[in-house]
Amino acid sequence: MLVSLNWLSQYVDIEGYSADELAELITKGGIEVETVESLNKGIKGVVIGHVLECASHPDADKLSVCKVDIGEEEPVQIICGAPNVAKDQYVAVAKVGAVLPGNFKIKKAKLRGEPSHGMICSLQELGVESKLVQKEYAEGIFVFSDEVTPGEDALEYLNLNDTILELGLTPNRADAMNMIGVAYEVGAVLNRPISLPSPELVRSEESAENHVSVRIEDEEDAPYYGATIIKDVTVQPSPQWLVNRLVSAGIRPINNVVDITNFVLLEYGQPLHAFDYDRFGSKEVMIRRAKQEEKIVTLDDTERTLSSDHLVITNGHTPVAVAGVMGGADSEVQGDTTTVLLEAAYFNSKLVRKSSKDLGLRSDSSSRFEKGIDRNRVVPASERAAQLIQDLAGGTVLRGVAEQGARHVEAKDVSVEVARINQVLGTEISESEVAAIFDRLQFSYKNFGGTFTVQVPPRRPDITITEDLIEEVGRLYGYDNVPATLPITESTPGQLTDYQVKRRRVRRMLEGAGLYQAVTYSLTSPAKRVFFSDESPEAIRLAMPMSEERSELRTSLLPHLLEAAQYNINRQLENIALYETASVFLPSGSELPKEEEHLAGVMTGLWQEHPWQKEKKPADFFVMKGVVEELAVDLGLQDRLSFVRAQEPKLHPGRTAAVHLDGEAIGYLGQLHPEVEKELDLKETFVFEVNLEKMLTANVEHLKYAKLPRFPSVTRDVALVVDEMLEASEVKNVIQGAGGSKLVDINLFDVYQGEHLEEGKKSLAFSLRYYNPEQTLTEEEVKSAHDRVLQAVEEQFGAALRS
Amino acid sequence: MEERLQTLKEEALSQIESASSMKELQDIRVAYLGKKGPITEILRGMGKLSAEERPKMGQLANEIRAAISEKLDEKTQVMEKAAVEEKLKQETIDITLPGRPVNKGNHHPLTRVIEEIEDLFLGMGFSIAEGPEVETDYYNFEALNLPKDHPARDMQDSFYVTEETLLRTHTSPMQARTMEKLNGEGPVKIIVPGKVYRRDTDDATHSHQFMQIEGLMVGEDVRMSDLKGVLQAFAKKMFGEEREIRLRPSFFPFTEPSVEMDISCFNCGGSGCSVCKGTGWIEILGGGMVHPNVLRMSGFDPEKVTGFAFGMGPERIAMLKYGIDDIRHFYTNDSRFIKQFNHI
Repeated sequence: MLVSLNWLSQYVDIEGYSADELAELITKGGIEVETVESLNKGIKGVVIGHVLECASHPDADKLSVCKVDIGEEEPVQIICGAPNVAKDQYVAVAKVGAVLPGNFKIKKAKLRGEPSHGMICSLQELGVESKLVQKEYAEGIFVFSDEVTPGEDALEYLNLNDTILELGLTPNRADAMNMIGVAYEVGAVLNRPISLPSPELVRSEESAENHVSVRIEDEEDAPYYGATIIKDVTVQPSPQWLVNRLVSAGIRPINNVVDITNFVLLEYGQPLHAFDYDRFGSKEVMIRRAKQEEKIVTLDDTERTLSSDHLVITNGHTPVAVAGVMGGADSEVQGDTTTVLLEAAYFNSKLVRKSSKDLGLRSDSSSRFEKGIDRNRVVPASERAAQLIQDLAGGTVLRGVAEQGARHVEAKDVSVEVARINQVLGTEISESEVAAIFDRLQFSYKNFGGTFTVQVPPRRPDITITEDLIEEVGRLYGYDNVPATLPITESTPGQLTDYQVKRRRVRRMLEGAGLYQAVTYSLTSPAKRVFFSDESPEAIRLAMPMSEERSELRTSLLPHLLEAAQYNINRQLENIALYETASVFLPSGSELPKEEEHLAGVMTGLWQEHPWQKEKKPADFFVMKGVVEELAVDLGLQDRLSFVRAQEPKLHPGRTAAVHLDGEAIGYLGQLHPEVEKELDLKETFVFEVNLEKMLTANVEHLKYAKLPRFPSVTRDVALVVDEMLEASEVKNVIQGAGGSKLVDINLFDVYQGEHLEEGKKSLAFSLRYYNPEQTLTEEEVKSAHDRVLQAVEEQFGAALRS
Repeated sequence: MEERLQTLKEEALSQIESASSMKELQDIRVAYLGKKGPITEILRGMGKLSAEERPKMGQLANEIRAAISEKLDEKTQVMEKAAVEEKLKQETIDITLPGRPVNKGNHHPLTRVIEEIEDLFLGMGFSIAEGPEVETDYYNFEALNLPKDHPARDMQDSFYVTEETLLRTHTSPMQARTMEKLNGEGPVKIIVPGKVYRRDTDDATHSHQFMQIEGLMVGEDVRMSDLKGVLQAFAKKMFGEEREIRLRPSFFPFTEPSVEMDISCFNCGGSGCSVCKGTGWIEILGGGMVHPNVLRMSGFDPEKVTGFAFGMGPERIAMLKYGIDDIRHFYTNDSRFIKQFNHI
């Protein structure tokens, strides 16, 4: 909503406040002033001029040589290029020395040999937006239609000294979508009285009802419809004051009748529509639901197809307007219109919203109906428009209104106790202060011992319950005056859940291990969703995606994490280590999908680097595995997590492990398949993704301290030559099984293949530590346990001791 | 004999003096003081001396031995010290060379901001509730006093999955989900951080996915002044002790009265600058007193309890706090961006 301060001052005294001060006060009162804009874009020295003579330039077809009276002793000669300049016009002249928007200075000039002392201006040159310039002046200079005096300041006449406040209205404050509503608000904020227009209408003897009848099919859809008939209308341009009002509100002037309906829309918030009575097609206005597939060509010359969801105004046969949204082209007021049928109605806001949405048509009218207008202002607004048409278009207003429905609704009562106000706000506002605030709002009320029963006027449909009144009192009392306190309630232990504590620990552990946290999008493309899976579950797809790229919810974190890796690599960053914890979305069979928190990581390039000491450790499978293993340690799951050789689509078939927790697969770890690396333009890249929820919710036994060793332990190293395909974990398991309770530690310290070993064999070297917590181990104890180990690996794998 | 002893002494001392290695010193020790050395030999020949001279000579011999031994020890110490010094000299390094980097990642700035806010509210007795990102229309809208045809639904165009489910447009659905479980028994003190989604085209100031932290407190006698106090504590923690806050009336369907909170500009201190667009104030979050309909729908009696709620955007807070100029930085994961937040 654009509010002209010149216009506003017609209803409420704003003297003594600068535009910025006023904006600040209105904002603090609850309606945010988004911008304060002066219409004068730096203009100086523009006056009214009278074109006394206008002749063609001797040496240029498109230029005119004009003698212009600008209120000085002698007329000045001005060369003008506008096609519409003519003798006897009153125009805006930028004198020599004047400044136009953009700091454009006017100097004496010679145009094709003829001296020019100034410039005759178009509105655009004075800073008026092109879309607001009347059609007749769009391609040339502006011409005053009112009587004006040469030499006077043109800005005053053109309202270019005005300041505009742009209000950012929340949906509940539709009451401020019109000047009267703004006046009520500003009056309340400033605590000043307001004065509203009181239309004085002279009605003729002739009765409107002889010319038209009104029938509403369902008063639920249209609770009130009134038609006023105005005869002998002359359609012509509006006077400058009316033009100025519309321009200040961002509406382009068209002709007096249309401008008046727009003016009253802005002033009263009441959408009106003027039909050409002679083109209406009947003497009956019939308001009904549209028929299925019924068609209408609207004012914007577009054919619209309607349905029974839409309310239309008809002439008894065909639609002439989409109720509350837009009129039809056929019955539009035109230059030759002489009789006007003026519609003033109250339509169901939901229906208007539906029509507007379905037809993709938003108008100043529909946006007001949608949010709710003041039922009690319908008839006064209609009278105001009729009066203006009478005054400005020479119309004769017929007696009476053809109408159906109630003109008036009663104010609703809402009560509030002063004690309740103070309880909710935490204030100590007195009864008399509350009364004063309701007075400022111009609400009638009764007060019985601190209980206010307020008659809420229909102009404020947002106020329906006690809390709404508390807000009214609070905002005018001023939230600055509400103290800042801390709650007095029973104390509660603010703490993280176990899950949240562990999640924080996981993040810190991963960061300590060198990974950076990434946050990526949940919405992905169908291709990315299934990237890491052959048999992906059914997609959870948006009903109306904005793009295919963001159309489905992801089922894995890795695709976007890899995308982040690529993003970095494309920016010459080579060493990448990222992780993310986030939800993936899986079909659940019930209304909402299953959301599962996952953890994924990606690494490529160098893992560690210290150049001058020649240290370089590239990321590899075991770096990544170490991270996952350490994660298990941090969560107390080190003995329950295992890695099992596996195949995953998109991963290297020989370098992939399934991650198992208590024997159940919860994710995977591996290197990207070389083909995938090539496809994504990545070097060797290692990834993992696990179901984090499983890891964080696994039941971990309470930690109990283990006694420190009191006796020395004995370590024996053994290098075993086994088949190269045999996995170390198998050997370890057999050693563990055979070693008995004294074998407390098995540590793989060397893997060797090559010279001195038979083809197809490898050597695994383990360090075995024996310990007895009861007493110092004897040589016999160690020997017998160690012999069992050697025997077992010999029997199981044919493992020979490497000499 | 005395003469010989004196000569031996001088000889030994001079040799010690000129010795240049530990080995030489050791040789000197053996040569002069060893069992086969000349002093021992002289002492052995003392039987030929008179009883008078014998103790005198014995004493002299011992004195000379002691003197040589002392000199040897002295010289050894000097040489040891020199050796150590030489070793230290050789071991000297250029301490200005860079240290070996400790391999360490860090939090995403949004996580950091969220945890900082979580910790502040944990300290005030709030707990952290988390809920689904795909929500029912009921919890996302209806239970928050936004019936199906409410015009305010326009304010947050959303991603629907089905007619009745959508990607949550705020974390406020946890208000109803949490309250429902409590069967009308307060107090409720939660904050709800999480991802939310709106139908926006991604650009420098819009993101179709972003974070939100919702706060809710419901109990007997929870007042708007309490909201102001809690938010003031928040503003000071996040933006500095000297920050002031102001509440401005606003509108949200789920609160009544509703407010927006501004903080005094941390850049200019309130005098007006480009950060606060000349107003001295920066809009940070919205909130208000929980609408009685919301309480009622979730099983609380608005006659008995009141509550406040607020919602804030960690992206906005991070952008303001760290001067970040493009919201997309949070989601492209440029490591040069993330790494900057290694010490917060």
